[in-house]
Amino acid sequence: MKFTIMINEGPYQHQSSDSALQFARAVLAQGHEIFRVFFYHDGVYNGTRLSVPPADDRQLQKEWSELAIEHNLDLVLCIAAAQRRGIMDADEAKRQGLDADNIIEGFRISGLGQLIEGGIQSDRTIVFGD
Amino acid sequence: MSTKKFMFVNRKAPYGTVYALESLEVVLISAAFEQDVSLAFLDDGVYQITKGQNTEGIGQKNFSSTYKALGDYEIKKLYVEKESLEERGLTPDDLMDLVWEDEDDDWAEKPSIILVDRAEMADVMAEQEVTLSF
Amino acid sequence: MAMLHIVNKSPFERVSFRSCLNHAKPGDSILMIEDAAVAAIEGTSFTEKLKEAMTDKSVYVLGGDLAARGLSEDRMIDGIKSVDYAGFVDLTVENETTQSWL
Repeated sequence: MKFTIMINEGPYQHQSSDSALQFARAVLAQGHEIFRVFFYHDGVYNGTRLSVPPADDRQLQKEWSELAIEHNLDLVLCIAAAQRRGIMDADEAKRQGLDADNIIEGFRISGLGQLIEGGIQSDRTIVFGD
Repeated sequence: MSTKKFMFVNRKAPYGTVYALESLEVVLISAAFEQDVSLAFLDDGVYQITKGQNTEGIGQKNFSSTYKALGDYEIKKLYVEKESLEERGLTPDDLMDLVWEDEDDDWAEKPSIILVDRAEMADVMAEQEVTLSF
Repeated sequence: MAMLHIVNKSPFERVSFRSCLNHAKPGDSILMIEDAAVAAIEGTSFTEKLKEAMTDKSVYVLGGDLAARGLSEDRMIDGIKSVDYAGFVDLTVENETTQSWL
């Protein structure tokens, strides 16, 4: 079965990213397919590579990144939400005339249409948020 | 691309959090995919479509007029729950006049707001294929 | 079409759990995750409301979320089933649709 997962909250503030990560791992472990993970609202903060949590805490951004690389997942940060919150890839930073980018490997930035397409193409769409 | 029944569930008031505004942005994008789109307004979500919103005092953009444009995007099923209005001391008269133009009926303006009771809202929710909440 | 309702808020803090119960249909399933897990135990002010829903709906709790909040499964309301994340995935597969009551 094909899944799209939407995540509406950033890491640490809410449990939703933790829950979604565990859910995504379980989906893959059972042999299902993840068509896309779409990060919206503050969820785009899951895509920064500049997070430095204390050594004894989990680093959610890195865990998502590693899961994406291992399973070739499509992790999409909403461009409108990301622009509002200062999450940039190199192209977007350049286009906006900014001096830095901060997206972590395994994520890409794209439009809201990616969420709707996920809903259309997937058998199940699961939302994690506040 | 196939057509699915999409429902966007709105249960939060505008301005206090960004959910209402960013939900509306998804709704507008969904129109381009020619899906069967419905919106549900229940609990505090009914405050998203009250008339007379004035945000001058809070430093935020008033985005309530965007709901009026939904009809132009062929989004014309806005289910509003009666009990949620009543619990909040509101009546349908407190809501914006949201309409769509029916091209098969000489572009007559028709109401987009569909008042439903709680049981009817549950029925509408049960019919959906993709339910997105924010 | 059966629906899986996913609730993640304590009924003692927000109305979303009540709202979920008011809209779920007979034959639907309800899964309590995150803070909603606290509603799974016997003897709360929400227990009766949940038991009423259990007459025609199935109710599940994510065991990890219950344990994380210091609540043991032997305090659960009779009839509530504890599931792990694999069980969560199964519930999303068994039900045609899902709705998250955020």
